[in-house]
Amino acid sequence: MSTVTIQTGVPGAAAGRAGTAPMERMRRSARRWRYATNAGAAVISVFLLLWTLIPIYNMIMVSLEAEGDVFSDHLWPPHASPDSFRVVVTEGHWYLEAFWHQFGNSVFLAGMVTILVLLIGSLTSFAVGRMRIRNGWLITNAALLTYVIPASFLAIPFYLIMQHYGLNNNPWSVIAVLVTFATPYAIFIFQEYGRSIPLELDESARIDGASPFQIYYKIYLPLMAPALVAVGTYALLLAWNEYLYQFLLLSSDRSMTVAVALGKFLNSDVAPWNYMMATAIIYALPPIATYYIFRRRMSSGLTMGGVKG
Amino acid sequence: MTTASAIELGRPTAPRQSLWRYWRGGLRGSEFTWAIAFVVPYIAVFFAFVVYPVFYGLWMGSNPALYAEVFSDPIYLNTLVNTAVFLAFGVNVKLFLALLLSGFFMRPGWWTKTLLLIFVLPWAIPALPTFISIHWMLNGEWGLVNNALYILFGVDGPSWLNSRWLALGSAILSHVWKWTPFWTVILLAGRMSIPQEIYDAAKVDGATGMRRFVHVTFPLLANLYLVLTLLATIFLLGDFNSVYFVTGGGPANSTHLLATLGVVRDMLELGKPQLGVAAVMSALPLLIPLVIILMRKLRTAEVQL
Repeated sequence: MSTVTIQTGVPGAAAGRAGTAPMERMRRSARRWRYATNAGAAVISVFLLLWTLIPIYNMIMVSLEAEGDVFSDHLWPPHASPDSFRVVVTEGHWYLEAFWHQFGNSVFLAGMVTILVLLIGSLTSFAVGRMRIRNGWLITNAALLTYVIPASFLAIPFYLIMQHYGLNNNPWSVIAVLVTFATPYAIFIFQEYGRSIPLELDESARIDGASPFQIYYKIYLPLMAPALVAVGTYALLLAWNEYLYQFLLLSSDRSMTVAVALGKFLNSDVAPWNYMMATAIIYALPPIATYYIFRRRMSSGLTMGGVKG
Repeated sequence: MTTASAIELGRPTAPRQSLWRYWRGGLRGSEFTWAIAFVVPYIAVFFAFVVYPVFYGLWMGSNPALYAEVFSDPIYLNTLVNTAVFLAFGVNVKLFLALLLSGFFMRPGWWTKTLLLIFVLPWAIPALPTFISIHWMLNGEWGLVNNALYILFGVDGPSWLNSRWLALGSAILSHVWKWTPFWTVILLAGRMSIPQEIYDAAKVDGATGMRRFVHVTFPLLANLYLVLTLLATIFLLGDFNSVYFVTGGGPANSTHLLATLGVVRDMLELGKPQLGVAAVMSALPLLIPLVIILMRKLRTAEVQL
C-alpha cells in the first residue's frame, strides 16, 4: 500500500519543478518512480511469499522429522527422511490402521456428493430456467436462502435428527447434508450459464417431438458441460474438505473419513506429529491437484459467490 | 370443487376453471408431469434437510428458561465478545487486504501471475491440515514460531495458545491467512471487469495513482465490496474450523465462537444440546437482517457479483 502513496507524489513534484531541461528531468523522475514501484512490489512479493508458505513449510518440515526430533529446536529437521510417508502409506502405526479404508470413504463421499449435486442441480435448473415452471422463483429463493444460512448453525438439530433415525455412522447422512448445502450454488451457476443457451433450441426439439427428458439429456446437458465441470469441481472440493458434519456423524473407525481421523489424531494426548502431518499432506494433495487442474473452469463460476467454508 | 373455491379466495382475478392450468403455466400434458418430476428431488432435499432441521432447532430452543441459563453463563458472555471481535477484525482485515492485494495482482508480468498461483494455495488446501499445522507452529515450546524467534533473535516467545487474547488473535490471523486469497480473487475479477476506457478517460482528466483509486476504482467496486462484506460476515459467523483447530476453544473455553461453543462444549462436553441451540439462536438478531439484506442484494445484483 505504501508504494501506491509514494508513486503519486513523484509525478506531481516533477511537473512542478520543470526547470531548464524539463524533458530530461521528467524522464529521470519517471525512471526513479519505476524503480521505487518495482522495489515496493518486490518487498510485497517477499512478504506475501513468506506469509503464504510458512504454515505449509511447517507441515512439510514436521512430516520429514523423525519421531523424537519433533520435540527439539530447529528450523529444518536434523535428520530429514520421508519415512513418515512410508508409515502412513503402509498403515504402519496403530492410529493409521484403517487409513486406506478411510481414504476410500472420503472418495466415496466426495464422488456421491458430486454426482447428486450435478443431477439434482441440473434437473431443477432445467425445470425452472428452461421449462419455465410456474412459481419457479420460489425454488430459486429457497436455494438462495439455503446458500446464506451458515451450515454449522444447523449442526445440532441435524445431529439429533440423524441419531433419532439411527443414521449415525452412515455415510448417506453426511452425503445428504453436503448435497443440501452445495446444490444451491449449482442451481445459481446453471441458471446463469443456461441464459446463454438460446431457448429456440428447446423449442425446435419440442416441435420435432422430443420429450422433456430427451431435451434435458440430449440438448441441455451437453451444452452445459463447462458449467457442469465448474460445479462438479466445487462440490468435489466441498465434500472432501468438509469437517464438522463428518466429525459429528461419522465416528466409528470403519465409517470415518480421513478428515475425521486427522481431527482425532489432534485430540489425542500422544499425537505422533510427524505421522499426522504426513497424513495431512496426503489428504491435501488430491484437492490441490483438482483445484489447479480445474482452476480456470472454476473461476468462471467463482464470481457468483464461490466456495463456502 | 374445493379447487374452484380456493381460486376464488386466493386469486379472485384468475379465470375460473384455471387452477390446474395456472399451475401448469405454458406446459402441456406430460410436459407438466416431467417438470414436476424434475423439481421434486430438490424440493424434497430442501424440506427434509433445511426446513425440518430449522424447525426442529426452533422447537428445541423455544423454552424461555434456556435463555436465562445461557445469559447467566460467563463462558457464553465471553463467547459473545469473542464472536464480535472475530467478526470486526476477521471480516474487515481480510476484505481490506483483499482489496489492496487485488490491485497489486493487476500489475502486468509473469511474476505477478506466478505469485498469484502461489498466493491462492491457502485457499486451495483443505482447512484442516493447514490449521493443524498452524496449531503446532504456535506451540509454546516446540512450535516453529517460537523456535524461529529463539534461533533468529534469541527471544523467548510467549506460549501463544495459553492466553485468551493471543489465542484469539492467532485464530483470527489463521482465518485471514486462509480466506484472504479467496476474496482477493473475487475482487480481482471485479477490478478486471472495469473497462479500460474508464481508466483512459480518468487519465486524460489527470487522475492517477491514489486519486484514480479513490474516484474511479473504488466507487465502481463499492457495491461489490458491500455484498462481499455481508457474505463474509455470514460465512465467518458459521466458521467452525479456524477456532476449533487452532485454539480448540481453549484455554479454559475462553476463545469459543458461537458456532463452536454450541457444538463442542454444550452438546459434546455437557451433553445439553438445547443450550447449544439457544446459544446459536442468540445470533439470529444479527443473522436474520443480514440474510434479508443479502438476499435482496444478491437477487438484484446477481450479474455484478
